[in-house]
Amino acid sequence: MSGALFLGWRYLAHHRFKSAILVASITLMLFLPVATRLLVEDSATALTARADRTPLILGARGSELELVLNTLYFHAETPAEIENRAFVEAQSTGLAEFIPIHSRFHAQGAPIVGTSLDYFDFRGLSVANGRQMGLLGECVIGARTAARLGLAPGESIVSSPETVFDIAGVYPLKMKIAGVLAPSGTADDDAVFVDVRTAWIIQGLGHGHADLAEPEAGAAVLSRRDDVITANASLTQFAEITAENISAFHFHGADETFPLTSIIVVPSDQKSAALLRGRYQDSEVLQLVVPGSVLDDLLETVFAVQNYVILGLTILSLAAAAVITLVFLLSQQLRQGEFHTLLRIGASRGYVSVLIASEIGFVVFISASLAAALTLVTRYYAMQILQTFLTL
Amino acid sequence: MIDIGNLAFSYRGRGPDASFKFGMRVEAFAVPQGASTALVGPSGSGKTTLLGLIAGTLRADSGSINVNDQTITDFSDGELGRFRIRNVGQVFQAFELLSYLTITENVMLPWYISGDGSRTHARERAADLLRGVGLASKLGVRPGELSQGEQQRVAVCRAMLNDPPLLLADEPTGNLDRENKHMVVDLLMEQARRNSSTLLMVTHDESLLAEFDTVLDMRQISQPLGGGARG
Repeated sequence: MSGALFLGWRYLAHHRFKSAILVASITLMLFLPVATRLLVEDSATALTARADRTPLILGARGSELELVLNTLYFHAETPAEIENRAFVEAQSTGLAEFIPIHSRFHAQGAPIVGTSLDYFDFRGLSVANGRQMGLLGECVIGARTAARLGLAPGESIVSSPETVFDIAGVYPLKMKIAGVLAPSGTADDDAVFVDVRTAWIIQGLGHGHADLAEPEAGAAVLSRRDDVITANASLTQFAEITAENISAFHFHGADETFPLTSIIVVPSDQKSAALLRGRYQDSEVLQLVVPGSVLDDLLETVFAVQNYVILGLTILSLAAAAVITLVFLLSQQLRQGEFHTLLRIGASRGYVSVLIASEIGFVVFISASLAAALTLVTRYYAMQILQTFLTL
Repeated sequence: MIDIGNLAFSYRGRGPDASFKFGMRVEAFAVPQGASTALVGPSGSGKTTLLGLIAGTLRADSGSINVNDQTITDFSDGELGRFRIRNVGQVFQAFELLSYLTITENVMLPWYISGDGSRTHARERAADLLRGVGLASKLGVRPGELSQGEQQRVAVCRAMLNDPPLLLADEPTGNLDRENKHMVVDLLMEQARRNSSTLLMVTHDESLLAEFDTVLDMRQISQPLGGGARG
């Protein structure tokens, strides 16, 4: 019967355009519903895995989803800010470890995340190249951002103004890269991490400039009255924090009023978690959310939509299968002469059946293999696509 | 040799051909081994039907057909297939080559069906046959690239692949011009002579009859049982 397989293969190879259309149709019929299901499941797993590793998030009242997505994935939609006072007060409870998050600005397409060193321990992130950030104005960058921008320790990255017309004082800050993180396969790979005070400087809450008490600053000084010196706009602010000018950097105002976008809360135990949830339950400005629960609500909707999509795709696939079957039967009808010749030469009906089955088998096998390969490739890139979607 | 004994065959059409009925009775006759015989007769006299009965592609209602001491009318469908592939080489009026195979692969078709012997041997035998009919330079081309005369030469080579003791040709020159007609008949005669094969060929062309040892007229060996046969 190997002769029948050969004839089947030769027929398909000779009518390669027709075969290719058939293979493409069946590949899509198999690929689309399966890939949709797997992608949603993979995405759900990835989303919930990071969420499940983050016990609680404290943030401003408002959209729970925005708060969670911004804290976990540094999503561009910035939630309402909270004051650093909330962080200080929470820490005083001693019920948990609290990690501040300031995720609002970007540097060359990468989110700038202002946080503390505790974040790296909490996420299990290690520096693969260089060292951990230690000074104001230093940063460590994620592996993907380093690869994408071709950056290494010792080089610099500049923060982007929020808008082109942002003349209110949020100047770009040139940050020195202290280290590059080892890849983690998470949103952390895309981020630029700075100390939260560096994030405040980017926001314009702190700055550095020439000492107005020195005679060189004379031209910029408008008035001197007791300890109060007033300068005009000609006073140049430093755009980079260096060893020479770091002492000139300072903040205006009380740091308890400075903003954070959220606080990651890692309770000591379940009782502490319950106490904390009770503490913020009735707060009018703050909310404490369980990221896993928030994403479960989102995923419920996604799964419901997915079921409708798969149902639609299945109906389309069945319709396509019916059309393909019809085309195939018509093709067999047109080939009756060829089959008759084979029978007249001496082939059995079984041989002709094997010939037809081999053609179907080849088409289905190639289609299934392509669909499997496409699914693997899609799954491979799915997380990157999801990541892009989440940080948009 | 072919030995026919009081053969009866009837056919009733199906589907759109339901009104079509045909039947014929063939008296006993024999064709000696190695002889070349032309089968003549008017359209509808049952020439093609008789060839189909001898090849085993049609089944007789009664009577017997004996080919080289094998009574094929007793064979099952499977046995008939095996008998055909090993003992019968057939050439058809419309060549019936497979368009998606090269001419070498077309000649190898009986091997692709039977799988008897090695592939290498079958390929070499096919190439030898094609070289023998002047198609040495076209072994890898497809039938659509050949003239009709060349295609029929390929069909003759296909019939000869297994050196069959019986060669059946159903109006093989029907679609050919005068020059190619004689070339194909000469080729069949030569191949049959070389293998001592029995050649039975249906033809309407009286100019070819002189080349055969015997001429059988359907009007003399068969009687219609009503309706009309095809061919």
